Amino acid sequence: MTWEVVIGLETHAQLQTKSKIFSGASVAFGAEPNRQACAVDIALPGVLPVLNREAVVCAIRFGLAVGAEIAPRSIFARKNYFYPDLPKGYQISQFETPVVLGGGLTIHVGEHEKFVHLTRAHLEEDAGKSLHEDFHGKTGIDLNRAGTPLLEIVTEPDMCSSAEAVAYAKALHSLVTWIGICDGNMQEGSFRCDANVSVRRPGAPLGTRREIKNLNSFRFLQQAIDYEIQWQINEIEEGRKIQQATVLFDPDTGETRSMRSKEDAHDYRYFPDPDLLPLEIRPEWIAEVKAGMPELPQALQHRFQSAYGLSAYDSATLAATRDTASYYENTVLAAGSANAKLCANWVMGEVSARVNRDGLDIAAIPLAPPLLAGMVQRVADGTLSSKLAKEVFEALWNGEGKDADAIIEARGLKQVSDASAIEPLIDEVLAANQKSVEEFRAGKDKAFNALVGQIMKASKGKANPQQVNDLLRKKLSG
Amino acid sequence: MTDLIQASLKELSSALAQKKISSVELTTLFLDRIEQHNPTLNAFVTVDRDKTLAAAQAADAKIGAGGMKCPAAGTAELSPLCGIPLAHKDIFCADGWRTTCGSKMLANFIAPYSAHVVDQLNAAGMVMLGKCNMDEFAMGSSNESSFFGPVKNPWDTGCVPGGSSGGSAAAIAARLAPAATGTDTGGSIRQPAALCGLTGLKPTYGVVSRYGMIAFASSLDQGGPMAKSAEDCALLLNAMAGFDPRDSTSLERPAEDYARDLDKPLDGLRIGLPREFFGAGMDDGVRVAVEVALAEYRKLGATTVDIDLPNSSLSVPAYYVIAPAEASSNLSRFDGVRYGHRAPDYTDLNDMYAKSRAQGFGDEVKRRILIGTYVLSHGYYDAYYLKAQKIRRLIAADFQVAFKSCDVIMGPTAPSVAFRFGEKSADPVQMYLSDIYTIAVNLAGLPGMSIPCGFDRDLPVGLQIVGPWFGEARMLNVAHRYQQATDWHTRMPEAMK
Repeated sequence: MTWEVVIGLETHAQLQTKSKIFSGASVAFGAEPNRQACAVDIALPGVLPVLNREAVVCAIRFGLAVGAEIAPRSIFARKNYFYPDLPKGYQISQFETPVVLGGGLTIHVGEHEKFVHLTRAHLEEDAGKSLHEDFHGKTGIDLNRAGTPLLEIVTEPDMCSSAEAVAYAKALHSLVTWIGICDGNMQEGSFRCDANVSVRRPGAPLGTRREIKNLNSFRFLQQAIDYEIQWQINEIEEGRKIQQATVLFDPDTGETRSMRSKEDAHDYRYFPDPDLLPLEIRPEWIAEVKAGMPELPQALQHRFQSAYGLSAYDSATLAATRDTASYYENTVLAAGSANAKLCANWVMGEVSARVNRDGLDIAAIPLAPPLLAGMVQRVADGTLSSKLAKEVFEALWNGEGKDADAIIEARGLKQVSDASAIEPLIDEVLAANQKSVEEFRAGKDKAFNALVGQIMKASKGKANPQQVNDLLRKKLSG
Repeated sequence: MTDLIQASLKELSSALAQKKISSVELTTLFLDRIEQHNPTLNAFVTVDRDKTLAAAQAADAKIGAGGMKCPAAGTAELSPLCGIPLAHKDIFCADGWRTTCGSKMLANFIAPYSAHVVDQLNAAGMVMLGKCNMDEFAMGSSNESSFFGPVKNPWDTGCVPGGSSGGSAAAIAARLAPAATGTDTGGSIRQPAALCGLTGLKPTYGVVSRYGMIAFASSLDQGGPMAKSAEDCALLLNAMAGFDPRDSTSLERPAEDYARDLDKPLDGLRIGLPREFFGAGMDDGVRVAVEVALAEYRKLGATTVDIDLPNSSLSVPAYYVIAPAEASSNLSRFDGVRYGHRAPDYTDLNDMYAKSRAQGFGDEVKRRILIGTYVLSHGYYDAYYLKAQKIRRLIAADFQVAFKSCDVIMGPTAPSVAFRFGEKSADPVQMYLSDIYTIAVNLAGLPGMSIPCGFDRDLPVGLQIVGPWFGEARMLNVAHRYQQATDWHTRMPEAMK
């Protein structure tokens, strides 16, 4: 019997504002407990929230990036429940009227492409943290995070496997960091997902869902969903019914366990927050935000393909982050678009390898795009062999020489393409390797390559390999 | 002495400016009166003589410097309120002062910051005499719900002073303070002003910042002045009003001088009389006093016109859905976690919440939290909260129609004069009906006033004046001209002389 899986994701993206969503306190991560909690954050009697416009700008950016409707008027509501790290006894969120409606993202799983529809995205404040360690039977409360702005992004139940869910989460992660609204740091909790999972027989109505809370890595997302799917299938196959529940994923055991069932679900008593006016967003504001938007990943990938003749794969790789794309494009601008493919190879190859190896930020590496471009041009015009180019790259990476030309000059790495300079080397090598010559003549092609190697070695790698090939073949057949 | 305790703020201001008296002397006079009468009246919950006198000294220094000031220097003008003492309702946070909101929950809460209103009045140089008693979390119309005990009405200590700003009202009526701040969610400035023979003004919603004013029902709460006369209230409102970016519901409007029209003649003034406010339910003595006041207004050049507020009978039920709904959420922060009362013994988190709140809140507060929680609950929200909001819009629309045919609306502030302790406290609905004439004004966000207009059985009667949005200056003018022609506002209880 086959099963169909239905998954919807709710993602909390922490917005990159300087201050909190309803107060002036800083949102920087890692401060001493309760040092970034002002009177509003700790909910002293009499304090009032004031909406941070920067958080709204982030929401507008997101709405524009996913092709959604930006609500001209949305309402902040109070979600009422008691918890020690929720200082007001309610969370300010958007309930009936969110700021962003609809839109969606295209995801790729292997060759297969899919459009995941978004239901909505709304602004809300984060809660503080309860600290259970170090307090010996008591609980510590840290309110630094209380009031941190979040955008909760909700999909339709459009995904049907953990692979699709992960592809969506990665695409969303890439997008929110791309448009600069979230730093995407999953370890610090800046980007975390809740997954709603249900299973059903093909064609049957939707099954009962369980919600897995707070998944803060793509791997956990995958593991948790896979475990949950199997668990639900087992339950049903063993004749039990799925109860609607909120569950937690334990990374140590790889299992999900129920946190609360529907019966003890809260009645949050949502109602419009009388301390805040409705959020009104006029078309002029949207236009202003739009004018400051970066080119979006998909548009950029299409442009890389059409303007630079790159493959879809290369374009997607280079457009993985805004910094990589901009590094690549600056290199092409300096090297000339005729060299676009060569630039792509270097950026995806040597540059990425070192950035990844050393955990660097590509926007801040010492090898600036014009330097790389200078070297690429020397490869393109035959001055530098691909092999020696690696030496030049290494030198440039280490900050030696003012540019590629200077390094080529100083180290004498200029490729030799002059037949009169190469021929004597060939003669020398042939004379010293009679055995190989005989083997070649006896039909062993491998011997030819060995001779080329010897000649290249004799030229200290500077001889133009193509030229060596041609001249050697001529001599041996002569 | 009687001169000073009876003096208007303007008279006190000029006495201070002319150095006939210092702020320290004036303040000491009131502090002594508080010491003498507060044990009987219980109008103040916190008095701090040293802190108050230090503020008076600072005001004297400002006045001294002001007197020496060279006009050419271009420094800001000294506020006319500088050096004048006033009392704050204990709902306003004042930095370093205990701020209790009349509750055991906050009996030990020292505010680490000041409300906008407190900041504004401090900046004007006013001297804080102390914090006034009030109904717990401003929930009440008799001041019987205070954790610190009821406030006595200076006109008859067997009677309530009204509420919830009962401490402020009693303090002024007994001349323990020349003026005070109050807050009004459903009548909490106007009704105690009426019951104590004072002038009190609830401004248009959004005119006075709510920052630092402990919230009862956010969409209805509004701070305002309480004093002996309309002129005093105008001067106080000048200092209290103004845009505050810390309150999102504060209105960004150009500053205005609320005293600018005080002396304008009332010729041609059209007074609307809602039929609904003159029906059954009002005591005869109140009706007579109000009728006599209206006759006085006709003498001053006004005409009266009958108007209808067809939905006004729905205002009390709508209010008792909306206000408790907001309160149930606003009071959630009092959970014993960060400040305020925490039960000494508890077994787990829920037990801590339950016990701390059960011990920290009084019966009326609990009643309203329960009502509010109920009306917001899943399945009841539409039937109660949403419907009440619809009624609220209808009530506001009624006033809009009414103001097409009149400039101000008048009627009784309360259906009766001050009632006796215990008379209504056993029956919440009877208590809620004390605010039957005032509540609609809050629901519509309009400005409302109460001014003294006579006596019934030796207790003061209040006349309510309601204006259109931002009609404060006109209302103050209407009240002031009446007070120029009558002397009800100058009367004080014999026992307090």
